[in-house]
Amino acid sequence: MIPTKEEWICALEARHGKELQKELSAATVAVCGLGGLGSNIAVLLARIGIGKLILVDFDRVDISNLHRQQYKANQIGKYKTEALAENLLEIAPYIRLEAHTECITHENAVTLLQNADIICEAFDSAESKAMLTNIVLDELPSKYLVAASGMAGIGSANSIKSRKITNRFYIAGDGVSEVSGDLGLVASRVAICAAHQAHTVLRILAKQFEV
Amino acid sequence: MVRVNGQELNIAGKTVAEYLATTNYDIRRIAVERNGDIVPKAKYEETLLHDGDSIEVVSFVGGG
Repeated sequence: MIPTKEEWICALEARHGKELQKELSAATVAVCGLGGLGSNIAVLLARIGIGKLILVDFDRVDISNLHRQQYKANQIGKYKTEALAENLLEIAPYIRLEAHTECITHENAVTLLQNADIICEAFDSAESKAMLTNIVLDELPSKYLVAASGMAGIGSANSIKSRKITNRFYIAGDGVSEVSGDLGLVASRVAICAAHQAHTVLRILAKQFEV
Repeated sequence: MVRVNGQELNIAGKTVAEYLATTNYDIRRIAVERNGDIVPKAKYEETLLHDGDSIEVVSFVGGG
């Protein structure tokens, strides 16, 4: 039996406090890229009770994603936006979702992201990460950007950190561990980085701006 | 002196673009913060670094 919306909000308020939950429920967060980082960030934010998520990814679920991303074997072949929306609505039935199955470019970024309060950069390629960072901080100066860099391999969990670069720009990761031929991404370390990003979103909404 | 990623460098008077040209940074993978604000990529060539400035070059690596 799925709980009513009132029961749902009540359960969140009991754990987060009424004041904070009000901020979380009123927030819109964009997740750019729905891979290992983005799918985990979205699941955490849905559980936290964020009011609305904007999900952006052009790709489909592949067997090579399942070792670290929040999809299921029976979702292989589906667009990640659609598969993740299904999974998020099973977790948090009253969350509002806006899904865009497209590639974020310089041309569409501002239109796609202008209604978000906070934007999570969760791309795979370094060039895409830098592109989104420069666009958001230059052209959407009222937004917060929570990015990630460096989470490949099986290095220490404790080397993944959150840093604050400017008043609007946070970055999680170890800063150096890049995906290469023999250094892949593992579920646990990617999830730690994603959890850093989701936690920074939570703290910003709670007006706790230091890392 | 200009503080770059925590290190004092004698590059006051150079532009951001001139400084970056002396490094190994891949321009497609970076964002540059100067005194608390991001320097737009289109302004690297006209942004002068002054004595006492603090900049951070964030160089992204792949994976996510």
